[in-house]
Amino acid sequence: MAPVSPRTEGASRTRLKAARLSPRDVLHVGSAGLRSRPVRVVLSALGIAIGIATMIAVVGISASSQAQLMRQLDALGTNMLVAKPGEGMFSGQEVKLPKDAPGMVGRIDGVQEVGATGDLKQSVRRTEKIPKDETGGIAVKAATERLLDVLRGKVAAGTWLNAANGRYPSVVLGHVAAERLGVTEPGQQVWIGDRYFTVVGVLGPMPLAPEIERSALVGWAAAQQLLSFDGHPTAVYERSTDASVRQVQKLLAPTVDPRNPQNVDVSDPSAALQAKAATEGALSTLLLGLGGIALLVGGVGVANTMIISVLERRHEIGLRRSLGATRGQIRIQFVAESLMLSGLGGLAGVGLGAAATGVYASSGGLPWVVPLWAVGGGFGATLVIGTVAGLYPAVRAARLSPTLALHAA
Amino acid sequence: MSTVVRLSGVTKEYAGGVRALDGVDLTIGRGELLAIAGPSGSGKSTLLHIVGTLDRPSAGTVEIAGFDVASLTDRRLSALRSQHIGFVFQAFHLVPGVSARDNVAEGLLYSGLPRARRRALAADALARVGLADRMKHRPHELSGGQKQRVAIARAVVGEPALLLADEPTGALDSASGEAVMELLHDLNREGATIAVITHDTEIAAGLPRQVRIRDGRVVADTARGKVAA
Ligand SMILES: Nc1ncnc2c1ncn2[C@@H]1O[C@H](COP(=O)(O)OP(=O)(O)O)[C@@H](O)[C@H]1O
Ligand SMILES: [Mg+2]
Repeated sequence: MAPVSPRTEGASRTRLKAARLSPRDVLHVGSAGLRSRPVRVVLSALGIAIGIATMIAVVGISASSQAQLMRQLDALGTNMLVAKPGEGMFSGQEVKLPKDAPGMVGRIDGVQEVGATGDLKQSVRRTEKIPKDETGGIAVKAATERLLDVLRGKVAAGTWLNAANGRYPSVVLGHVAAERLGVTEPGQQVWIGDRYFTVVGVLGPMPLAPEIERSALVGWAAAQQLLSFDGHPTAVYERSTDASVRQVQKLLAPTVDPRNPQNVDVSDPSAALQAKAATEGALSTLLLGLGGIALLVGGVGVANTMIISVLERRHEIGLRRSLGATRGQIRIQFVAESLMLSGLGGLAGVGLGAAATGVYASSGGLPWVVPLWAVGGGFGATLVIGTVAGLYPAVRAARLSPTLALHAA
Repeated sequence: MSTVVRLSGVTKEYAGGVRALDGVDLTIGRGELLAIAGPSGSGKSTLLHIVGTLDRPSAGTVEIAGFDVASLTDRRLSALRSQHIGFVFQAFHLVPGVSARDNVAEGLLYSGLPRARRRALAADALARVGLADRMKHRPHELSGGQKQRVAIARAVVGEPALLLADEPTGALDSASGEAVMELLHDLNREGATIAVITHDTEIAAGLPRQVRIRDGRVVADTARGKVAA
């Protein structure tokens, strides 16, 4: 009765096999629901975006600060050691370093430069009318000419102590000292001991020797002549080759004071900076925890959106089943949708977090560092969240009876 | 004559004890156009779902396009639907926000054909239902009758062995309803096997064969010359 059909039953029997969806088709069916509800997409991806942004920013900001410190360390070097008088054997006993300590240190193998300071029992004041004991926390020290080079310090304004300006009373101020004294430029005068000294220079920041930042430095010979300096150094700074640092560290105390090496404290100022860099690298657990909670809440939001999406799209699910979609294909559709939803949140979060880091870095003059592992980890986390959040709704969608799903609402 | 559908002794009981189908025997040959008619609640939709392999019977055997449905896994049943069965629903079930052409192409999504081929066939099918000039219109830009023609194009784009239509004119005014029935007649003349479910006796009377069911039983089938009691 019927015309011959091109499909014969015998041939089709062997071909009854569900076709696979291409990746592009999965993308297509997975994004269909998102495209039709853009506002909901934004709102439900927001939680994940905030969580990822927080984490990226926490990691990025600490990495940027750390990079800044490492940069500083690179510039300052880790090959400087300082020898200072330690505590005496009996408490209260004043310990002094020998006068020729800098010279002795200079003869240690590997030592390249030596500088020294000697504390003076003097105060520095803006004028003679200010009472003597108002030191403002500023120390007066005698300094050797080599000191600045050893510290790799810079003169921010004016000049460093030298033979020419050493002939009349001159002083160089650390930048904190200058600020506290209200000295803004070289040429101004300050009162030390019983006379005015001319400020010939103001130093820049000295991260390796913060004590110098708060000092007024007078030439070694001038200090002896004008301020009754006894010539005993209270700090010997030395720079050696990188390879000999450990060796020099061992020899420093016995060289400075061969008879009482236990009276000498040897320290490595770069160690403090290195320790600081390590703590900057340690992440703020509190903020990371907050980011994690936001991420969790975001994941719950995505799961919630997906459950609603499945409920709303019962008819579509029934239709797709009637068009020949397998349960697995329905599952994939909703997992893909959930993945895209949280992936969008993750993408936005990475962007926001990186931008926040950039703003922080540029306002603090830091290098902008967003570690790749954080970006990868953050994005990976959103994919895991997307899969977990989408799995249950997707399984429910796939289990829906096609006939119930098609039932007119 | 080659057989597309063979049901024997098909019974469907829903949870709660409702017996929606009760020992239905039904054979549909290739190229037939028939009405499955009966009052509301008589079991027509249940029958369509079982013939369309969307549901399995509680008892009895179902054979579609030569396959014994009971022996097929859910995956293979899905493949059977994608290759051999097309559905038209009273409520159209078009995907909102998507063009007519893309809606029709969805009918081939699970067939394994590449996307470009699916879109080309969709354009042909839309032309075949007289909507060549509505390719880019989205469902909300189409009238009810046009929507149902898009749905019919989607159902026939894969050239299924069997087209099942559940109250296809139920949501349409009488003029659009007549146009849809005319289209189904045309498709049948071109070789399609079509079963139309309807509670409308007038529509049923316009088709070459009528199967009447009541309370889940076939009470009349013009192919067998049986007459209602
Ligand atoms: N999913 C279901 N669960 C329970 N009873 C159902 C279900 N679907 C249909 N029925 C019942 O089965 C009978 C036949 O329903 P149906 O096949 O939809 O009839 P028709 O399409 O002819 O109106 C009705 O009594 C209906 O209430
Ligand atoms: Mg019905």
